[in-house]
Amino acid sequence: METETIHPHSEIQPSTKMSGPADDELVRLDRVERIYKMGDNVVRALDGVDISIHKGQYWSIIGRSGSGKSTLLNVLGCLDRPTGGTYFLGGTNVNQLDDDALSEIRGQRIGFIFQSFNLIPQLTVLENLEVPLFYQESEPGVAKERAERFADRVGLKDRLHHRPNELSGGQQQRVAIARALMNEPLILLADEATGNLDSKTEKEILTLLDELHQEGMTIIMVTHSDKVADRAGHKLELRDGKVLKITHLDRSPL
Amino acid sequence: MHRGSMIRTIRLGFKSLMLHKLRSALTMLGILFGVSSVIAMLSIGEGASYEAQERIKALGSNNIILESRKPPDQNTQQEQSAWTAQEYGLTYQDAELIADTLPAVKVVIPIREIPKRVRYSETIVPTIVLGTVPGYSEVTGVQLKEGRFLTRIDLQRKRNVAVIGSEIARKLFRLTNPIDKNIRIGKEIFRVIGQLAEPERGNTGKSADRMRQGIFVPLTAAISFFGELIVKTSAGSREMERVQLHRIKVQVLGNEEVLGTGAAIRKIMADQHKKKDFAVIVPLELLRQAEDTKRIFNIVLGSIAGISLLVGGIGIMNVMLATVTERTREIGIRRALGAKQRHIIAQFLVETVVLSCMGGILGILLGITIPAVVEWYSNITTIVSPTFPILAFGISAGVGILFGLYPAWRAAQMDPVEALRHE
Repeated sequence: METETIHPHSEIQPSTKMSGPADDELVRLDRVERIYKMGDNVVRALDGVDISIHKGQYWSIIGRSGSGKSTLLNVLGCLDRPTGGTYFLGGTNVNQLDDDALSEIRGQRIGFIFQSFNLIPQLTVLENLEVPLFYQESEPGVAKERAERFADRVGLKDRLHHRPNELSGGQQQRVAIARALMNEPLILLADEATGNLDSKTEKEILTLLDELHQEGMTIIMVTHSDKVADRAGHKLELRDGKVLKITHLDRSPL
Repeated sequence: MHRGSMIRTIRLGFKSLMLHKLRSALTMLGILFGVSSVIAMLSIGEGASYEAQERIKALGSNNIILESRKPPDQNTQQEQSAWTAQEYGLTYQDAELIADTLPAVKVVIPIREIPKRVRYSETIVPTIVLGTVPGYSEVTGVQLKEGRFLTRIDLQRKRNVAVIGSEIARKLFRLTNPIDKNIRIGKEIFRVIGQLAEPERGNTGKSADRMRQGIFVPLTAAISFFGELIVKTSAGSREMERVQLHRIKVQVLGNEEVLGTGAAIRKIMADQHKKKDFAVIVPLELLRQAEDTKRIFNIVLGSIAGISLLVGGIGIMNVMLATVTERTREIGIRRALGAKQRHIIAQFLVETVVLSCMGGILGILLGITIPAVVEWYSNITTIVSPTFPILAFGISAGVGILFGLYPAWRAAQMDPVEALRHE
């Protein structure tokens, strides 16, 4: 695999690197808080969350709606900034970064998979796949070559010139997974990735994620389904913004 | 942003606009009409002022023209004494005085105009006989088609010779050569010595009119053959007047002397004539006035066009704000995939500029067509200067940027999490 885009760019300061953690620790959350203030109401969506995720692990985050799992995923995905605590991603302290730097981190280190696929409707499959690299200002040739490779990987090589609305839900989610892989990210974040799919398609997508995990990809998946959550090696249960329980299943080493 | 991604951003902009063809087209109309009205107004205005300036230039920018005017208060008196000829206007003495006292004056051309009928063989045509001096041809720049103009000897000997206007020649002598033919002006016989060339088609000035309809004879001959009294007959009434000279054309040595000489002539004339029975026309002054008028005209037209472009721009902004709201989710997706705020700004700004520039280009095409159509149907001269389309295109691109900035900024300011949640 190519690795050139994985390394942090100059805008992300290596000086914020933590001294302590092991080399393969990708994600480290220390007492992370995310507090929303709405008038006099204070909502503690995340209330002191500690997590440590290592390279190559497959995590699921489970909890009822309102438990804070989506907020956690947004923080992990650098879409949202914690209001307290620290978040290290690949050795970078994310808290201190400005909007541009966060965008750069998202563009270079994170792959998103959403419940509603979130493909851009007016673009073809190929163009959708090229979007992440467009913002990395890579050469168009590189993007096209990679798009073809990943489309092939998810089994949609013959659909490159179709538009999202010409594809089934499962196919759209495959495109979305291929798109998440385009920047060769450090972690793959899946938000209810199978929530909109029937059980047969769900199985296909979960199998695809399993395969990616076996190929060495670090995956964090948010779900409300225990059945889905149990496929991951590590299961984190959230309740009211707090970590309720972390289960390490024997399938993968801590 | 490097060039490749700029091109891709522009392509993306086109693509997004093509998704809503009707909406894009309607939005473009605002700019289209704004730009086309800018061009149409400017070229019609430019044409009008060009025509005015040409007409004034035809009078000669080194010339000063004096004209006899019937004093308005004389009308009632004249009715009381129907047989008394009214006496007014420029005199031979005025012409001499101007020639003798003002050093900057090069030539003074006195002109006496007498309405008469001219006859050759069986054809009778109404005309105006102009008694003048040989210098007339140089000062007004008449062109001869055939023969010669009046000479000093013609003038001295009061010869009954005539130079005929182009239209008179056509009417009297269809196929025959008029030179050396005798024509009858009133009761007098004159010999044709020259025929004037047809003035330019667009030239509708007074002297051009005379070059078509007039007959030029030596001033001395005009006085001795036709007398001082001019009788005008019109529908049942006859009017008699005693006017020595109808016009005096004064040519000044240099352009810079024109305004001063004009003022001096006005002073002399005011001293000589107690009644206000003359007018002094300084073409150079008129030219200056025409330029001032043009400036005001341009400001007015510019404001109207500017307002229509403003309205078009607001229309674009309105649509882009709606588009941004509609595509909130796309913005969220792009942000999640690594787009920075400036990428989002560039995307929407480019879209707006593409929209307004397309409107601008179509507006230029329409704007060039309108003056051509106007020129075809009415005889108005229009001038499309090459700077107009460039100006108009620049304005439309500017409008796109100006009115696209705010929607694009709004798009970029969206919180990615909120944007992704947007349905």
